[in-house]
Amino acid sequence: MILDATILFQIAGIGIIVAIIHTILKQMGKEEIAQFATLVGFIIVLAIVIHGLSDLFQEIKSIFLFQG
Amino acid sequence: MEIIHLVGIGIIASILYITLRELGTTFGFLIILIASVIIFLAVIKQIGTIFQLIHHLGQKASIEGMYIGTILKIIGIAYITEIGADLTRDAGLHGVATKIELAGKIFILIIAIPIITTVIESILNFLPIT
Repeated sequence: MILDATILFQIAGIGIIVAIIHTILKQMGKEEIAQFATLVGFIIVLAIVIHGLSDLFQEIKSIFLFQG
Repeated sequence: MEIIHLVGIGIIASILYITLRELGTTFGFLIILIASVIIFLAVIKQIGTIFQLIHHLGQKASIEGMYIGTILKIIGIAYITEIGADLTRDAGLHGVATKIELAGKIFILIIAIPIITTVIESILNFLPIT
């Protein structure tokens, strides 16, 4: 159960770090690795977000749909 | 005070969204998504309490359980549709959001079919048709 702003800061932190990594790798001239790093960061954040979303859907199901 | 907590989460989410948009990444959308998930999770417990109250009142008034269950299902579908349509609209896909809303309306109508048929049958019973 997530009821905190912690997860927001987590996602924002990952986003900023990934953006910095992307910029540095681009400056070094390694375009492919930069794209790959962005993709991996996106997938990590997506895992967190989907976990929260499935929590929400389970809760909605148990309260609204399967009652009576 | 739960409401101050939730409003704070909303403001923090918008600040982080603006910051990430400046950096030019796609993480801003995920921030919006998780913020709406957090706010809904906080609200849904209270909704459950209200629904228990509605059930209790329905039992006291001896209303058939099917009707109240159908109404709660309709409200649930409306909530889920609203979340999905709003998120899609935030991402800029107005067309998809409209389609999601259409799907929600159709499912609500399908769930309401038993009630509608009951109403129509009782009306037909009143009418003096052979």
